[in-house]
Amino acid sequence: MTTLLSIKNLHIGYGGIQAVKGIDIHVEQGELVTLIGANGAGKTTTLKAITGLLKPTAGTIEYDGKNIVGEPTYKIASQGLVLVPEGRGVFPGLTITENLQMGAYSRPRHERASIAEDIEHKFSLFPRLKERAKQTAGTLSGGEQQMLAISRALMARPKLLLLDEPSMGLAPIMVQKIFEVVREVSRRGVTILLIEQNAKLALQVSQRGYVMDGGIVTLSGDSKSLLVDPKVREAYLGEDVAV
Amino acid sequence: MDTFLQQLVNGLTLGCVYAVVALGYTMVYGIVQLINFAHGEVVMIGAMVAFSVITALAGSGMPPLAIVLLSLLAAIPACMLVGYTVERIAYRPLRNAPRLAPLITAIGVSIILQHVALLIWGRNYIAFPQIVRTESYVLTTSVNSATITNIQIAIIVLSVVMMAGLIALIYKTRIGIAMRATSQNAAVAGLMGINVNSVISFTFIIGAGLGAVAGVMVGSYYGIAYYQMGFLLGLKAFSAAVLGGIGNLGGAVLGGLLIGVIEAFGAGYMGDVTNVCTLNQFLPGFAAMCDANSNASLLGSNYKEVYAFVVLILVLRFRPSGLLGERVSDRA
Ligand SMILES: Nc1ncnc2c1ncn2[C@@H]1O[C@H](COP(=O)(O)OP(=O)(O)OP(=O)(O)O)[C@@H](O)[C@H]1O
Ligand SMILES: [Mg+2]
Repeated sequence: MTTLLSIKNLHIGYGGIQAVKGIDIHVEQGELVTLIGANGAGKTTTLKAITGLLKPTAGTIEYDGKNIVGEPTYKIASQGLVLVPEGRGVFPGLTITENLQMGAYSRPRHERASIAEDIEHKFSLFPRLKERAKQTAGTLSGGEQQMLAISRALMARPKLLLLDEPSMGLAPIMVQKIFEVVREVSRRGVTILLIEQNAKLALQVSQRGYVMDGGIVTLSGDSKSLLVDPKVREAYLGEDVAV
Repeated sequence: MDTFLQQLVNGLTLGCVYAVVALGYTMVYGIVQLINFAHGEVVMIGAMVAFSVITALAGSGMPPLAIVLLSLLAAIPACMLVGYTVERIAYRPLRNAPRLAPLITAIGVSIILQHVALLIWGRNYIAFPQIVRTESYVLTTSVNSATITNIQIAIIVLSVVMMAGLIALIYKTRIGIAMRATSQNAAVAGLMGINVNSVISFTFIIGAGLGAVAGVMVGSYYGIAYYQMGFLLGLKAFSAAVLGGIGNLGGAVLGGLLIGVIEAFGAGYMGDVTNVCTLNQFLPGFAAMCDANSNASLLGSNYKEVYAFVVLILVLRFRPSGLLGERVSDRA
């Protein structure tokens, strides 16, 4: 296995406040890894640093064998490292189709035909998006926007897909659907780092997991063993383990 | 009736110029939420560069149309360079600063550009050599028919072509969609692999290019240019953008045309309506003024600059986001 993403001793602060205090995370090619943790643990902050939206105060982020700290966001994205941001971040005034086209922005122009095919493919996965192809994304429901956000990210044909709480604020049936999609994307060979608060589902779909709390990684390991870990069960699965 | 038609023609001509300039304000505002007060000066520089080219070539025996074309070909890249440079060195470092900082900077840049023009072209009004003969065409069959000149036709046609081109650019091309994406959510645009800085530069460049053409148009229309001409022109075009709803392209066009037409009608009619002798019949007390000058009016055409702003204030009173202003929910 080759390591696609390797984060070492990462520190990130907002002004004087340290939000991430030295974490180590690695993701191997083809893996589906999850990062769980409570509100304010530093998950989104970590993703922002990976994608170049925030500059870390210390540490390295190696992607595909090279340190990407300090590279601008658009260059990182065009190397196939794509984030579906927290809160979806669809372009509300662009149509569904235009949103998908923007997802493929970093692909070369001569791929036009295959970009058009990919759009059709996303439409076949999510018929709701096809029905509303010419409407603006701002008119979609939350769940539909999440489908669009994921589809848009896939338009880039990412090597590493980062998902920041894709199930946030969605109805249970929609949450199921999102997780099915994540599993399917992973099965097709895309490496995924999945941030979730829905720890149970996240640990069920993933192979490995990290637990973050207060800016540090407190636990990590096989998702199967994390699922039965008493500390995880008590703090993140809401189970009463005191027998 | 003919006065009406004539003022409409004049107003639409002027309105086209305002609209083209207003597009520059609104595009930049849409993408970086900055009121680029220096845009009026970019227009002025376009007029000045065109003046220099036309003056230099006027006696060369080249066909007049070729000279005008060359003046555009010089003014457009010159203004694009100014627009690009201003963004790059004055606005970009302040991208994340409090909003007042870039605003004050914009005013500073505008003053600097005026003074650069003052150094190059002097402080006097400069007259455009009349290389293209003005031809008037009558519009109706009556004796004192309203007319439209070849220059007015050229201004209107050129403006419409540019507006159509801009709309095609922004709605149909990849870079145009990227511009709209950036204006809605710049951080996410970056996550899509869009080089946000390039898109912003591109926006300034396109706006400045439009401004250059507008500068050549006003210069040719009035036949004069002046290092401070960008101030009032810019202010009116900015008002046009606000009137239509800043950030909205259709709004800039609508606002520009309205301001042009209001100004023309204000100049054409308000003088008659407020003629002191007419007023005296309804509201005695102007007799002395009327005796002194039967054509004196309270609001003569000297007041023409005022009407556009009065309308602007009235519209904003009832529609603060402008006529076609975006609903807030359209923005990210
Ligand atoms: N822009 C900011 N300025 C200052 N502090 C911030 C900022 N954004 C986040 N923080 C702080 O950094 C810490 C980590 O926040 P972060 O958004 O990374 O958490 P998270 O794990 O993604 O939480 P959630 O599950 O709620 O999304 C929190 O204490 C938060 O208050
Ligand atoms: Mg978060």
